[in-house]
Amino acid sequence: MAEASGFSRRKLIAMVGAAAGSAPAYQVMTSLGFAEDSPYRGPIRLDGDPKGASVLVLGAGLAGMTAALELHRAGYTVQILEYNTRAGGRNWSLRGGDTYTELGGATQSCAFDAGLYLNPGPWRIPYHHHGVLDYCRRLGVALEPFIQLNHNAFVHSTAGFGGTPQRIRTVKTDFDGATAELLAKATRKGALDAQVSKEDQEILIEALRSLGGLDKDLAYRAGPDSSEFRGYAHDPGGGLAARPMDGEPMALHDILTSRLWRGLQNFLLYEFQTTMFQPVGGMGRIGEAFARALPPDTIRYGAKVTQIAQDGHGVTVTYQDLGQGGAVRQAQADWCVCALPLTVLSQIPTQVGSKMKAAIDAVPYASSVKVGLQFKRRFWEEDEHIFGGISYTDLPIRQISYPSTGYNAGGKGVLLGAYTWNGPNSYEFTALSPAERVRRAVAYGSQIHPQYRTEFETGIAVAWHRVPFTLGCAGDWTDEARAEHYDNLCALDGRIMLAGEHASYIPAWQEGAILSALDAVTRLHKRVLAA
Amino acid sequence: MSVFSMFRTLALLLATGAGAAAQEHATHAAIPSAGPAMSEGKSFAEGGGEALYAQVCAACHQAGGEGAVGAAAYPALRHNPKLASAGYPVTVLLYGLRGMPPLGSMMTDTQVAEVVNYVRSHFDNPYGDAVAPEDVKAARP
Repeated sequence: MAEASGFSRRKLIAMVGAAAGSAPAYQVMTSLGFAEDSPYRGPIRLDGDPKGASVLVLGAGLAGMTAALELHRAGYTVQILEYNTRAGGRNWSLRGGDTYTELGGATQSCAFDAGLYLNPGPWRIPYHHHGVLDYCRRLGVALEPFIQLNHNAFVHSTAGFGGTPQRIRTVKTDFDGATAELLAKATRKGALDAQVSKEDQEILIEALRSLGGLDKDLAYRAGPDSSEFRGYAHDPGGGLAARPMDGEPMALHDILTSRLWRGLQNFLLYEFQTTMFQPVGGMGRIGEAFARALPPDTIRYGAKVTQIAQDGHGVTVTYQDLGQGGAVRQAQADWCVCALPLTVLSQIPTQVGSKMKAAIDAVPYASSVKVGLQFKRRFWEEDEHIFGGISYTDLPIRQISYPSTGYNAGGKGVLLGAYTWNGPNSYEFTALSPAERVRRAVAYGSQIHPQYRTEFETGIAVAWHRVPFTLGCAGDWTDEARAEHYDNLCALDGRIMLAGEHASYIPAWQEGAILSALDAVTRLHKRVLAA
Repeated sequence: MSVFSMFRTLALLLATGAGAAAQEHATHAAIPSAGPAMSEGKSFAEGGGEALYAQVCAACHQAGGEGAVGAAAYPALRHNPKLASAGYPVTVLLYGLRGMPPLGSMMTDTQVAEVVNYVRSHFDNPYGDAVAPEDVKAARP
């Protein structure tokens, strides 16, 4: 966006606001794209009598259960078929005592202590995911802050700074300070004369000095101005020997060539900005709460869908009852909301038109691996003063996330010891046995935290391409595939409507699943009333 | 060691609060001691069909090419007549198939040819006609 255009838009808004009060100004802002309207508009109202219509929902993940809950409240007869023996789908927490068998047959027993867990799937909720947050509030799921940015966590590269992890605080401050100094001095030398007025240049220099930790000479260097941002080599204390010692900033060249700045993007992107949340006790609490909110026996567990058929009167779904030796059964309803992952649905004979079928077949699923590691003590807090947050690294584990709860209480803790997303390492981790994934997560992580070697106790690893109920992590759309197939994927096909994160513009996020389901049942309900 | 660099080292040690640990970082090897190495960067580093299969394809199709079954299935590559024409596995690898992601952008033409040739001549598959990197190049998007 060009400067001039932004300036004139702001000027227009200010004029409207001054002339007519703030409400018209807000409308103008919305129409000009400054104030984004949330796609979530509060609890949906499905007014009108569905006259006993029935809906069969496939999949008891967040999309399926959102659809089922709202349709039930609107007066529909609802049943869900679910492959697993629990509700939630990818909304899932592994706790001590749980066992998990992946594709290929490897079974892991989670040996975490009471209260400790790994969220193999979603693990954090942005403040602007209004749908997830509203359902948590309505279903009584207690939330707590999820720490995305901890200035005292690390960024790490195997090559930069001799492989020594660097504090996010100093890398971010020193990068900002060095670039502020360059820009301030270039401005003072007249390098911006053609673009910026003299008055604005003075304000710009003042802003750079204020925000960049520059001293009165516009220099970013060891001294009280930079220390107030980057911290001290020796913190101020009390009594004798209390005088603070300023630290020497890193050289800009070292920050640039180490590529450590790459990790900082994870704290700037809209999806990761503070405040983020997590459910108290594990992300799985949301799926459990949805299941409790549904009428008893709404969910039929252990049901593997093998065929989806429809005609002018209704939908017939054939499934294997896995709890009864795979006995073949059928379920029927007037309508179907199918919230199965596309990896699964694309393999099920499904009676839909060629456009929807092509869309179902068009979306590959991302590769992702997570490893949870339990340690005898919370050394990251005790030794390194890291309370929550994430360290980023170019090692195959990519990140280490510290628990956002139970601070400063001592005892054991579970780290997220690896979290890959696509790329070669994600496939390579998946191809390893679970035990070897854990072993490598410990070996790699010990390059950042040497305490791993003595404090590690037990771990569990989930590779999403080996998860039996999804065969992949999440819909991995390309722009081209979206342009060709997305609308066809979301359209009502006879009596069948799809829902899930894959049927949203927020793929891989729970918000996408919920918004997709709300949109699907709204359109389905309108169709039912029109019938 | 200059005074300046000594100061930086001291500051670093104070800042990390773990002097011995910090020194250890600099000397510890980057790769865990046992097993196959993992790739650096955005492309697969494995050389040869056997290594590529074991570290990439086996993630889903399993170590012996037996496939796997859950809510849906990964097809067995063992004794699979769909491999009779080399063009088919090359296309699936480059373009993906339903839930299977396209992997070609993370492999060279040579690697794609190697792993396709490996699968078509192992796991009870008798197909000896090898594809060449040029064939892969011609098939790319």
